[in-house]
Amino acid sequence: MKERKILLAHGAGGKLSHDLINELFLPFLDNKILTFLDDSAVIPTQGSHLAFTTDSYVVKPLFFPGGDIGRLSICGTVNDLAMVGSKPLGISTSFIVEEGFSTEELERVLSSIKKAASEAGVNVVAGDTKVVEHGAAEGLFITTSGVGVVPDGVNIGGSHAMPGDTIIINGSIGDHEIGVLLARGEFSLKGEIQSDCAPLNGLVQKMIDACREIHVLRDPTRGGLATVLWEIANSSKVGVIVEEEKILVRDEVQGACDLLGFDPFYLANEGKLVAFIPQEKTESVLKAMKADPLGEESVIIGKVTDENPGKVLLRTKIGGHRLLEPLSGEQFPRIC
Amino acid sequence: MCLGVPGKIVSIKEDIAEVDFGGVRREVSLLICPGVMEGDYVLVHVGFAIQRLEKEDALETLRLFEEIERSYGESTEEDR
Amino acid sequence: MNQLKKIDETKDVSVILKNIARLADGHFRFMEVCGTHTVSISRSGIRSVLPKEIELISGPGCPVCVTPVGEIDRAVSLARLHNVTLVTFGDLMRVPGTFSSLNQERAMGRDVRIITSPLDSLQIAMEEPQKKVIFFAVGFETTAGAIAAAVKEAKRRGIKNLYILSSQRLIPPAIRALLSSNNVTIDGFILPGHVSVIIGKTPYTFIAHEFSLMGVITGFEAGDILEGIYMLMRQKAEGRSEIENQYTRVVKDEGNRMALEVMEEIFEPFNAHWRGIGVIPESGLMLRKELREMDAAFLFDIPYEEKPDPPDCLCGEILQGIKKPPDCPLFNKRCTPEDPVGPCMVSSEGSCAAFQKYEVFE
Repeated sequence: MKERKILLAHGAGGKLSHDLINELFLPFLDNKILTFLDDSAVIPTQGSHLAFTTDSYVVKPLFFPGGDIGRLSICGTVNDLAMVGSKPLGISTSFIVEEGFSTEELERVLSSIKKAASEAGVNVVAGDTKVVEHGAAEGLFITTSGVGVVPDGVNIGGSHAMPGDTIIINGSIGDHEIGVLLARGEFSLKGEIQSDCAPLNGLVQKMIDACREIHVLRDPTRGGLATVLWEIANSSKVGVIVEEEKILVRDEVQGACDLLGFDPFYLANEGKLVAFIPQEKTESVLKAMKADPLGEESVIIGKVTDENPGKVLLRTKIGGHRLLEPLSGEQFPRIC
Repeated sequence: MCLGVPGKIVSIKEDIAEVDFGGVRREVSLLICPGVMEGDYVLVHVGFAIQRLEKEDALETLRLFEEIERSYGESTEEDR
Repeated sequence: MNQLKKIDETKDVSVILKNIARLADGHFRFMEVCGTHTVSISRSGIRSVLPKEIELISGPGCPVCVTPVGEIDRAVSLARLHNVTLVTFGDLMRVPGTFSSLNQERAMGRDVRIITSPLDSLQIAMEEPQKKVIFFAVGFETTAGAIAAAVKEAKRRGIKNLYILSSQRLIPPAIRALLSSNNVTIDGFILPGHVSVIIGKTPYTFIAHEFSLMGVITGFEAGDILEGIYMLMRQKAEGRSEIENQYTRVVKDEGNRMALEVMEEIFEPFNAHWRGIGVIPESGLMLRKELREMDAAFLFDIPYEEKPDPPDCLCGEILQGIKKPPDCPLFNKRCTPEDPVGPCMVSSEGSCAAFQKYEVFE
């Protein structure tokens, strides 16, 4: 890692984020559990498996259509637990509040947390609060941790994809990141798109009931769908083929992307998951997903092969193909 | 080097138009694209309308297309 | 937006492809000179469906790629001056100069901001009258019209704290220089659709009349590009060398006269340096003398120094279409998008960056 200073790009979820983790953090922290770098750590203990995860939320603005920092903090951690197939047991929330922050806004955030936790069927069981000087936290930062139990026979992980697997996503991409960008009023754009922020543990439960042997689940947050597919292709040492035609992008999201020169494949989602399913279970999993409100728009987007391991190929709308690389730094608006 | 996006003019105030792009809107300067009206489509680059899109011209491209299809049909007949 | 369904949705591209294949006897090399075409071609996977006889090569169409390192260094130095707000398009943020990039300067706390319209620079200048707002402006003719209009508007509003650092270039002179060098064998050009919205058809006629080559002004969706290629093939089959327009829904033969007039009023051409190629006559745009008080290149006491690219770097030949990205020994080894050596890898629409990102290769 040649940079001597941390850049915003290091937090964007793409290649630079990977470099930061691999070259700066892991040399100090690596161990046989962390090394998998899945959405949650899976810790074997006394005959069962615990899932454990942590996340920080620094989103601006704090409130946006479809959610807020409170909802995001619960859903994000519940989803990380769900991505290894675990039932959430409890969440902790740590608040860093800037002096001068309004109590009314804090109440709105807490109300949102309560609602999201109730939707997910989980409790906030521990917490902490710190107050810092004005200017040090941009209003409010939240850090959450979560603990869950992985049921027996469930073994979901980024390195478990197999040639022949079907790849399914539960809906459209890019809604969250563009929703927040529009809420910030950035780049002179106006419009309203709802963030897709939602707890996915209910959907995942239905999927596991239909198929205990799900291979991979991952939520395409920062870095987007392309980055997540690339991570899995590399962890599992398989090739991935995805059909451009099948990827759903809402008109407003596409409009914003066209204007900014953004690629929807690299945009963050907070209510979506990508699933790698054994081929013979495809129909039953898809059916189970479509029966859930968060899975109504589920669609098969591709499959796993043993060709070109580590690479993600996109079959384009004109029947050609091209590589789908992970996000490099952060996406900047372009004019060219 | 030229991201140009087509959008529909929703309203105009002097030389600024509010343009709709699939549900997302932006203010667009009409300084180099005078003579447009509400309801017109324009091509937008760096926040400026650079050309009005004529519906007839859009149809022209489709006409060329039909010509290609026809000529293909003729040549496959010749190949038989 | 229903009326403007993307062209790909209304056309059956397999018909165009069959027709292209039918006409593909012999080897064809077509060059595009527009970074947006470079990216569209790679993103749509067109090369993977075209007959192997048709070779698509990239020319010097990426304005970021051809911006000399010295100009980046100058912008970085300006950003470090007291009370300066440097604004630019996102495309330039990551370009490494000799010692820093604008993105890194922002990380260090300098006031560097991304704008998406030249009018944003006016807004910032008006809102912050105590700051010197310098707009580092890059682009080709498509953008020059908008920038000229913004400069004129700034004068009209009496804005005194806005300065332009112009790094703008022109496409037809670059095509002329390429063809005059005799280094490249091309059968025809896929001409840039949006540059042509501004300049129209006439500036390209020398390609046909002086060099007996063909050109088709082409749009940017896969269907447009395939149609443009078909029109080139058809010219070849019919023994013609002409400039044709595929992108009629947007490009008029006379271009955008309003834009051309204001460009003429605000800018004048000069002999600009293109990274990897050298000086091309009358190929850059600078503010006219009457507007010298807005010209950041003259007003601020920043020395300008040019550094050559490393000897192994093949960007010069790649920009001229003589070599391809995989031909370069540094490609994807020493030179990557995260750590670029030469200009073709620096911008996401440079030939090497597009190739590395989208083309499947061993």
